[in-house]
Amino acid sequence: MAAASEFRSAYVREVPAERLAPPPTRAGLVGWLRANLFSSPTNIALTLACALLIVWVAPPLLRFLLIDAVWSGADREACLASPENPDPGACWAFVRVWYSYFIYGFYPIAERWRVDVFFAALAFGIAWLLWPSAPRRAMSVVYFVIVLPVLSVVLLYGFPLIGLVAVSTSLWGGVLVTVVVAIIGIVASLPIGIVLALGRRSSLPAVRLLSVVFIEFVRGVPLITVLFMASVMLPLFVPERLEPDKLVRALIGVAMFASAYMAEVIRSGMAAIPRGQYEAAQALSLTYWRMMALVILPQALRVTLPNIVNTFIALFKDTTLVFVVGIFDFLRTIEAARGDPKWITPTTAATGYAFAALFYFVCCYGMSRYARRLEARLRRADRR
Amino acid sequence: MRGDWKRGCDAPTGAKGLAMEEHPRSPNGEAPLAGPAVEIVGLHKWYGEFHVLRDINLQVARGERIVICGPSGGGKSTLLRCINRLEDWQQGHIVVDGIELTDDPKQILAVRRDVGMVFQQFNLFPHLTVMENCTLAPIWVRHMPKKAAEELAMTYLKRVKIPEQALKYPARLSGGQQQRVAIARALCMNPHIMLFDEPTSALDPEMVKEVLDTMVELAADGITMLVVSHEMGFARQVADRMIFMDDGQIVEINAPKGFFDHPQHERTKLFLQQVLR
Repeated sequence: MAAASEFRSAYVREVPAERLAPPPTRAGLVGWLRANLFSSPTNIALTLACALLIVWVAPPLLRFLLIDAVWSGADREACLASPENPDPGACWAFVRVWYSYFIYGFYPIAERWRVDVFFAALAFGIAWLLWPSAPRRAMSVVYFVIVLPVLSVVLLYGFPLIGLVAVSTSLWGGVLVTVVVAIIGIVASLPIGIVLALGRRSSLPAVRLLSVVFIEFVRGVPLITVLFMASVMLPLFVPERLEPDKLVRALIGVAMFASAYMAEVIRSGMAAIPRGQYEAAQALSLTYWRMMALVILPQALRVTLPNIVNTFIALFKDTTLVFVVGIFDFLRTIEAARGDPKWITPTTAATGYAFAALFYFVCCYGMSRYARRLEARLRRADRR
Repeated sequence: MRGDWKRGCDAPTGAKGLAMEEHPRSPNGEAPLAGPAVEIVGLHKWYGEFHVLRDINLQVARGERIVICGPSGGGKSTLLRCINRLEDWQQGHIVVDGIELTDDPKQILAVRRDVGMVFQQFNLFPHLTVMENCTLAPIWVRHMPKKAAEELAMTYLKRVKIPEQALKYPARLSGGQQQRVAIARALCMNPHIMLFDEPTSALDPEMVKEVLDTMVELAADGITMLVVSHEMGFARQVADRMIFMDDGQIVEINAPKGFFDHPQHERTKLFLQQVLR
C-alpha cells in the first residue's frame, strides 16, 4: 500500500491551463510543397506522375491551340502548311468567318438583333435569379416562368402585328437552338420532375402507377429514341392542323426526358429527409401540399442540389442530340460548316470541335462553380 | 383487474377546475367544449401480424395530466401517436376534443389543429430559424398575419426562456434548447391538448431538468397533457393519473401516490422496482 502512494493517484489542478494560440504551422512555399506534394512516397510518385502527364499533354496542346494557330485569313490557303508555318495549328480564321452562323444558324441577318435581345433578356434573368443579394429576387421566378417565355416567342418566332416578321424555326440554329433547348429542358424539368417525384411517393396507387410508368419508360430508352418518338409519333396524336413545329416536338421530347431524370433525383432527396420531419409537419396540421412545399421540398432540393446541377449539365450536353431530328444546334452547325469546300484543311475539323468543346466547357464549368458556391452558402446558412 | 380500471377520471381538483374555466387557449374564441378531452374506446392496432395495441379504453378529462410509462415496445408511443392520427388503427374509436377521428382528412386536420405534439427527437425544421419554426403553422394553418404570429411566437419563446435564440437555426442550439423550441412551436398553435413522446429521452442528463421545468410550468397552466416518459420524479410531481402499459395493453391506471406506493399488478411492481432502484 505504501508503494502505491508514491504514484499520484489523485490530481487537483491549481493553476488553470492557459488558452494559447495554435502553434505556427510550417509556413512558406517549401512547407506547403512538403505538406501537400511530397509528404509520402505515394504522394511523391503521384506528384511526379501528374507532372509528367502535364509535360506530355500541355505543350502540344498549347502549340496547336495558340502558338502555331492561324488567327486570320480569307480562305483555306491561310491554314495550309507554308514555308513560314510548316505545321500549322488551329485554323481560328475559319471560326471567325463562320462565327455568326454558329450563333444564329440561318436566322435572317436583318432580324438577328432579335436574337441578341433574347440573349440579353436571358442573361438578365439568369443574373437576377442567381445573384444572391439581387433586389426582389422572388420576382425573378415570375420573370423566368412567364415574362421570358412570352418575350422569347414574340421575339424569336415573330409577331407580325407589331412588325416582327415571322421566322420559321427551320431557320433557327447554332447557339440559339442549343440555348433554347437547354433552357426549356431545365426550366420544365424541375417542376415536372417535382410533380413526378411526389406522384411516385404518393399513397394513391393510380397516381403512383402513372408516375412510375412514365419515369421508368422515359428513363429506360435512349434520348435519341425519345426524340424520334416525339418527332414521329406526336403528330399522330394531334389533328393535322395543329401539328406541332419540328423544334417544338424536340423540345417536348427533351423536357420529358429531363423531367424523368429530375424526378428520380428529387425522389432520392425526399427519401433522405427523416420521417420525423414529415411527422412534425403533420402534427402541426399542415396539409399534404403545404408540408411538401414548406418543409420537405426545401430540404430535399437542398440535399440534392449537386445532383440537380449534375442533371442540368448532362442535359445541356445532351441537347446536341436534337440533330437526329434535323435541328441545327450549335454542334451541328460546326459539323455543317467544316464541310465548306472553301475551308477544307487538315485542321478545320479539329478547330471546330475545339471551339465547341470550349463553349460547352465554359457553360458547364460555370454551372458547376455556381452550384459549389450555392452549396457552401446554404451550408453556412445552416450553421448560423 | 379489468373492473378496477377507471373509465374516465374522477373530477379534477378544484384548483384545476378553475384553471379550466379560465382556459386561455380557445383558438377561435369558442368556449371550451364539454365532455372528455380524449376518449378511446376498444382500440386495437396491428403491425402486420403483430398486435401492438390490444383493447385500449381510456378517457382523459380536460385539464388532466397523464403520464404513461412502461417497458419499451409496450405500445406507449404508438398509443400517443394514434391520438393525433400519426398512426392508423384497425379497430376501435378515438374522439379528440369532441371530434371523431375517421379517415376523413378534414377531421384529422381539425384534430391536429387542437393537439400539439413534442417528439423525442425534437424534429425541428432545420432549414428554418427558431422563429420561422414557430410561426410556420400559425401562418399557414391558422392564417395569422406574419406580424401577429411572430408576436405570439415571441410570447411562447419567452415562456420557454429562449427568446434570444429566435433568429438562430436549430442546429446551433443545444438539445435542451431545441426541445424547448419544439414545445414553443407546438404551443403557438394554441392547442387544447399536448402530447409528449419521451421528450427527455434524447437529452444529455444536464438538459433534462430545463425541459422538465418547462413542462411543469405548462402543467400548472391547466392544459391537458399526455406524457410518455420514464421521468418518475416528474410524474410524481405533475401527474393526475399514471398509466402503466405493457405488451400492448393498459395494465394499470392509478393516481401517482397509489401507483408508486402500492402498485397492484405484478408487472407494474416489477417495472417500478427496476426504474426506482
